Amino acid sequence: MTKKQIVRVTEVTKDFDLGKIVVKVLKGIDLEIETGKYVSIMGPSGSGKSTLFNMIGGLDKPTTGKVFIDEVDIAQLDAYELAWLRCRKIGYIFQTFNLIPVMTALENVTLPMTFAGTPGDAAVERGMALLRQVGLDGRHGHKPSELSGGQQQRVAVARALANTPSIILADEPTGNLDLKTGEEIIALLKEMSEKQGVTVISATHDYKMLNVSDQVIWIRDGRVDKIQERDELTINTGGMSS
Amino acid sequence: MRRLVVLPLQKSLEIAYKSIRARFFRSLITTLTLVLAVSFLAFSLITIDIADSMLACGDLNFCHMLMRCGYDVLPGDICLSASPKQRWIITLSLLVCVVGIINAQLMSVTERFREIGTMKCLGALDRFIVRIFVMEATMQGFAGALMGALLGGAAALLTALIRFGSDIIPVIPWQTILASGGIAILTGVGLSLAGVLYPAIIAARMQPVEAMRVEQ
Repeated sequence: MTKKQIVRVTEVTKDFDLGKIVVKVLKGIDLEIETGKYVSIMGPSGSGKSTLFNMIGGLDKPTTGKVFIDEVDIAQLDAYELAWLRCRKIGYIFQTFNLIPVMTALENVTLPMTFAGTPGDAAVERGMALLRQVGLDGRHGHKPSELSGGQQQRVAVARALANTPSIILADEPTGNLDLKTGEEIIALLKEMSEKQGVTVISATHDYKMLNVSDQVIWIRDGRVDKIQERDELTINTGGMSS
Repeated sequence: MRRLVVLPLQKSLEIAYKSIRARFFRSLITTLTLVLAVSFLAFSLITIDIADSMLACGDLNFCHMLMRCGYDVLPGDICLSASPKQRWIITLSLLVCVVGIINAQLMSVTERFREIGTMKCLGALDRFIVRIFVMEATMQGFAGALMGALLGGAAALLTALIRFGSDIIPVIPWQTILASGGIAILTGVGLSLAGVLYPAIIAARMQPVEAMRVEQ
């Protein structure tokens, strides 16, 4: 099997024009992310981590340079194609869970399937299966306000997987969770990545993430500081992660 | 194959209905402005309808009654119309109502920023968002306008009965009253839609990046 790149970022820069001053957030980033890997993007706040992350997710467009998702240049896509990409190719997980408060767990999971045109019955069936997979059997009728933080994030994981995306983008998925629940969510993401071959990309401060990551990309001051593979990682950060 | 995302009509109706139910009291207040404005409109229209039909039946007794109640009836008149002052008040009340609805809907959009951003991350198009808001407004508008028309109509009939006595019952123009009620309802739905347009566009234009921002 040849290694395939799911995300390719070439010479990406991003400036934010704040009127009087122009802030250069990204100063030329080159990256390649392989299919099926579990990748963490690490960096101090203000390093451009989130900006890079938004570019990969097709939520923001670079000032110069190109972002390819599955060999498609996202700058070339129109609004419809971009929506389709977000719907079918990418699953998002947020720090604040972002479930739709007026919908039940099941409805939250089936919503992306509705957008994708899945017929109602099939969507419900798949939704139930996904909820079972993330360990929320029997909670499908609960509203987000009736679930704990960890359970809400599980629903979000199920929702992200709804349309069998190629990429799951997780922005600080454990940021609002306590240590143990955070670990459970990380384990769940890892399990999904291994079982279903989904590429998981997460931006994080959380050193617990390093244990499961195949690759860690360190961002510093708008540039890639270093990229570490799994085997280098355990030696360097062994002390921190325990 | 064109890669398209879809939102079936029934599903958007469902989402709109749920959103209203979840924010029932907020919706109620938005609807209440509409109820008041529409009931005032219906009341004015129907009162004139009744006076018209009293005049049209040619009974002199009715003519005197109308004059006593402050209507400017000239000999030979066959129909009455709202005075300029009355029309002005109606217009003003409808205008205030629209401003109230815009205000309430803008608040509702701000409150749901994250929800809208999340939906866009999941692949919703701008027009799905607009459609959901427009459907909510139509439902609210119809419910509010219907209630308003019934209220206004009932008030107009009751006032007429009290003012002119039960003699007028045979001349009550039911068909015209129904038509006036219909006009009031349509106006109400129109106002509700006019009020939601700007907020819905604001909501739809929101960038999905906003949903990622951590502030609440």
